[in-house]
Amino acid sequence: MSIVTVQLGQCGNQIGFEVFDALFSDSHCPQGLCSKRENEAYQASCKERFFSEEENGVPIARAVLVDMEPKVINQTLSKAAQSGRWKYGQCSCFCQKQGSGNNWAYGYSVHGPRHEESIMNLIQKEVEKCDSLSGFFIIMSMAGGTGSGLGAFITRNLQDQYSNSLKMNHIIWPYGTGEVIVQNYNSILTLSHLYRSSDALLVHENDALHKICAKLMNIKQISFRDINQVLAHQLGSVFQPTYSEEGSSHYRRNPLGDLMENLVPHPEFKMLGVRNIPQMSEHSLAYSTFTWAGLLKHLRQMLISNAKMEEGIDWQVRPPLSGAPTLGKMSVNKNLHFNTSLANLVILRGKEVHSADLGGFKDPALYTSWLEPDNAFNMWKTQRAFNRYEKSAALVSNSQFLVKPLDMIVGKAWNMFASKAYIHQYTKFGIEEEDFLDSFTLLEQVVASYRNL
Amino acid sequence: MTQSVVVQVGQCGNQIGCCFWDLALREHAAVNQKGIYDEAISSFFRNVDTRVVGDGGSISKGKICSLKARAVLIDMEEGVVNEILQGPLRDVFDSKQLITDISGSGNNWAVGHKVFGSLYQEQILEKLRKSAEHCDCLQCFFIIHSMGGGTGSGLGTFLLKVLEDEFPEVYRFVTSIYPSGEDDVITSPYNSILAMKELNEHADCVLPIDNQSLFDIISKIDLVVNSGKLGTAVKPKSLVTSSAGAFKKQQEKPFDAMNNIVANLLLNLTSSARFEGSLNMDLNEISMNLVPFPQLHYLVSSLTPLYTLADVNIPPRRLDQMFSDAFSKDHQLIQADPKHSLYLACALMVRGNVQISDLRRNIERLKPSLQFVSWNQEGWKTSLCSVPPVGHSHSLLALANNTCVKPTFLELRERFMRLYKKKAHLHHYLQIEGMEESCFTEAVSSLSALIQEYSQLDATKSMPMEDLPRLSVAV
Repeated sequence: MSIVTVQLGQCGNQIGFEVFDALFSDSHCPQGLCSKRENEAYQASCKERFFSEEENGVPIARAVLVDMEPKVINQTLSKAAQSGRWKYGQCSCFCQKQGSGNNWAYGYSVHGPRHEESIMNLIQKEVEKCDSLSGFFIIMSMAGGTGSGLGAFITRNLQDQYSNSLKMNHIIWPYGTGEVIVQNYNSILTLSHLYRSSDALLVHENDALHKICAKLMNIKQISFRDINQVLAHQLGSVFQPTYSEEGSSHYRRNPLGDLMENLVPHPEFKMLGVRNIPQMSEHSLAYSTFTWAGLLKHLRQMLISNAKMEEGIDWQVRPPLSGAPTLGKMSVNKNLHFNTSLANLVILRGKEVHSADLGGFKDPALYTSWLEPDNAFNMWKTQRAFNRYEKSAALVSNSQFLVKPLDMIVGKAWNMFASKAYIHQYTKFGIEEEDFLDSFTLLEQVVASYRNL
Repeated sequence: MTQSVVVQVGQCGNQIGCCFWDLALREHAAVNQKGIYDEAISSFFRNVDTRVVGDGGSISKGKICSLKARAVLIDMEEGVVNEILQGPLRDVFDSKQLITDISGSGNNWAVGHKVFGSLYQEQILEKLRKSAEHCDCLQCFFIIHSMGGGTGSGLGTFLLKVLEDEFPEVYRFVTSIYPSGEDDVITSPYNSILAMKELNEHADCVLPIDNQSLFDIISKIDLVVNSGKLGTAVKPKSLVTSSAGAFKKQQEKPFDAMNNIVANLLLNLTSSARFEGSLNMDLNEISMNLVPFPQLHYLVSSLTPLYTLADVNIPPRRLDQMFSDAFSKDHQLIQADPKHSLYLACALMVRGNVQISDLRRNIERLKPSLQFVSWNQEGWKTSLCSVPPVGHSHSLLALANNTCVKPTFLELRERFMRLYKKKAHLHHYLQIEGMEESCFTEAVSSLSALIQEYSQLDATKSMPMEDLPRLSVAV
């Protein structure tokens, strides 16, 4: 089954390019550490999911590119075409002349309705190219105007028009300080709207990615390209073909469906995060070896202590003793900053993958009390190595990890809202104070729900 | 991509405008080596086949034939505009896009606004409509004028109302030259305050600039260049004041260097909208992020670096210096000290080989020494444009919505009151039809209300930051 990607705004398009590039590079990588036949099956599966075929053999990304001004899309198209290995469809873009001005209301209320038909037509055309559709992957930022506002509008449309297909929104959480001054307003409006119309929100935080670039990749002058490439690596490790645990002989066919089934058991809890181990520069990679035991130990602690990367993990954080009464568990959790999970999925790729022991992840202490670990935890193992990492593990997690950042954004937005600053820019285009209040209410609910896991 | 139209009004406006077009051509020539008319150039220039008579000559793609500035030149005297049309830039301007008169406004806002306003309203509308028609997607009008005279001040602000009525969806960015303390026009306080009311009501964004600050910057540069401290080191083209290598040959006029600074300001302001980068910032984002309340739309600007040394590899320390300088009061284009006042919002527009980590490092470094209003503690808007200005490897334009504009307004009001109390020169204004004393009192009220808003914000500076109680939800 195939995934149709919708890239929205500058952020969505810049990231989208890196993601397709990473997927393509990996699937054509000769060092798969597996048999030729295996590699070919992997390639074919990846292709089915993300690329369609053209007569002259250059694969075309299954993507629709949307932006309200032309510079970024032009760049993205030419970068892909220049690589010569894959490209975007010639008619897969929708572009206007003037951007959304970082104004969620403009993206949602003006651009949305105005261009609804054209954009949905483009998506329809892309869907028709698929033999069967697994769902939509929508890449967008929360801080700007197009990705956030138009993205929310399009997602709602997708829900109406393709009610049987799954939608996963990939959201970029902006830096804590200043990319955009009204980023907190735009974020709360986006999140509250998406919570109603999307099936899952996969979040990447710029701050976290930046730290990975600085500490793990040792990049001195970090550019957005570096950040996007780390992100693409993480997404690739999740979305590339995998076997199910039962050791079936073909790759999973429904990537989005499988992800959602495992990770979103309840519609109140839709926020997912990715962690990846190991992550390092190519240079260092040549000199490193890993054991599954070591990798998984670190990954587990990263989950528990809410660390974003394998450096600087707080090893003091421990799961509460199982058997403690529920009340006691909650207070102990709060003290130790323990990150409780609702559901986890570990994806292992590489050498000797079957010997990896994931017992540590099945500990009921990691999870909220109302799900059995058997239901809350899943693992997928694949022998074919990813992106030249001899062994790599990805963790997709529905946990409390976003409570603090979300709380912070809501708090800052609330403070600004109380002073009414910038509100006139939104009411100009039909987003009223009441819409803000609705968003605040919904998000406070989400924060409270996650806090009480 | 969108287009912008520059409307240059009065002597000051036209002189600055001329420098602007000069530099714009130079910039595009440096970036666009192949001579293809692309979207970046089209933001400020039309491509015209001059062999075609009449208006049908616009060419939208392909090789550059003849570039015409998207400009309307207005002056109630002929001297300056005629000089432009006889100078090296004469082919860049469309001779039909001018409005001139002979007598001038006599440094009288009322003449500019009321007399010439009504006299030329139709013509102005016609020229503006024409320039808008030539645009695929018109986003912004840039108005350049001075506040202290008669034409720029009076007619320039009359224009704003016309633009607001005729093109309500198009942004109105105004670059206003405020009179310095030692201004030689006696009535400049009257003109400025009358103009301020219009700016308050009809401009989307105002970039106040004063001659004293520009002059100080030039003196500073001269000192450095001539002191020999840097040896042979300063790249001549890199002076933010220079038009070296541009079309205009003579640089002897005193205002040239100062005007070039303003021209550079406008180029840098629009660079991220015209050229590509990893974090673009369009013109509509400036207003969205920097104007928290409609009346507080005055932005203090600073440009760094003022010159580049000849060595090409800039160590990070020097890059960081560029950021530090942007906040020093010596680099502001009006007499203001943002560091010791309250920030409502701040935008950093970077050009050249600067990455997000450099930007973040410097924001983190400088943040503790700056005061932001309580509801916008992280009030930063940033942009990264890959194309540096000519002669530099990187540059920074900082725009601050900061209470440090208040002193400028206070001083203006004071100078006004000194004249007004004695009714000095008032008769020159009152004898113009449509002018009454109430015009003056209303204008002062408008300014006082604005000053009051800034004062109220300043009062919050030392108050402790309190987090407001949040909504509580049942779980």
